[in-house]
Amino acid sequence: MELNEIHIDILKEIGNIGAGNAATSLSQMLSKRIDMNVPEVSLLDYENVINSIGGAENIVVGILVSFEGEIEGVILFLLKKEFVHMILNSLLGTELHGFEDISEMEMSALSEIGNIMVSSYVNSISSLTNMAIDITVPSLNIDMSGALLDAVTAEFSEAADRVIFIREKYFCQEETIYSHMLLLPSMSSLEILLRKFGMEI
Amino acid sequence: MSQEVNVGISDMKIVTSPEGLISYALGSCVGICITDKVLKIAGMAHIMLPYNKNEDKANIFKYADTGIAEMVKKMEMMGCLRSRMVAKIAGGAKMFEIKSNSTIGNIGERNVLATKETLQNLKIKLVATDTGENYGRTIIFDSNTGNLTIKSFAKNIKVI
Repeated sequence: MELNEIHIDILKEIGNIGAGNAATSLSQMLSKRIDMNVPEVSLLDYENVINSIGGAENIVVGILVSFEGEIEGVILFLLKKEFVHMILNSLLGTELHGFEDISEMEMSALSEIGNIMVSSYVNSISSLTNMAIDITVPSLNIDMSGALLDAVTAEFSEAADRVIFIREKYFCQEETIYSHMLLLPSMSSLEILLRKFGMEI
Repeated sequence: MSQEVNVGISDMKIVTSPEGLISYALGSCVGICITDKVLKIAGMAHIMLPYNKNEDKANIFKYADTGIAEMVKKMEMMGCLRSRMVAKIAGGAKMFEIKSNSTIGNIGERNVLATKETLQNLKIKLVATDTGENYGRTIIFDSNTGNLTIKSFAKNIKVI
């Protein structure tokens, strides 16, 4: 199956609705007003994803959640330092100097935020399509973005080495921050998803 | 080492001394470094998946079996001898603990196993390894000394 422009538009719309819900959850958790732009949704290969998140050796937080049910696959949430700092500062009042010094408490706070954002994302797809989708407990790691990404694409990328890449731009007080989410549905799930939106495959 | 040639994902390069080789941020991928110390010729392959079985002709360096075999063949064409070749490998980490009911196993571990099996079939001696665990590795191979330097996040530099 080859994805065409119309498929990508549908995926963008799904990405958009999910991102809106995720931003609302984030805003509630942090008790802060958070505005967002229309997210950028694109189909990218490994090299392009790496370039979009600051190069292979850039240290980021990766949160991996798998979803199962009528459709299955994984979602990888990649958070750069600015985003992590904003979250931890709002939630715990701590200052993040570097990822080397991150505490267990901060790690579990991040894991929880990731979980809630991914959940609201999946829930919006679930209610939109009227499908039952469950997500697993998130797995978190902090490392070079290239290393986090190769593991996920090697294991889960069936769609010809390309992943659905969703970049969201948030405005929170004076700051502009980005989150990066990679959606890797299985090939059959992608077909089911697009059919739900009336696409002929 | 005067300079390092970059080896991308699913790619392979061969250099002669004093050039070196580098590959960035290997997670579950495995870097295979082979050298002929007499000729000071060094090769590095950066594989992503275990077995190709010659089905994917377009991306032979994506897989351990076809990638290593092709690298060895190219090195032999440059005059290297199988009997003098030694290998060092790094990578094959498990970056995430995922609890799902899928049958998919640990891709990093499977990459390491396929790499070791391929080297054994080719009768190339494996002299050093730094594999597994849950962190990424940037690897630098010195064609002159045969040293493999491994850099990881929040860890000391290791030389094998």
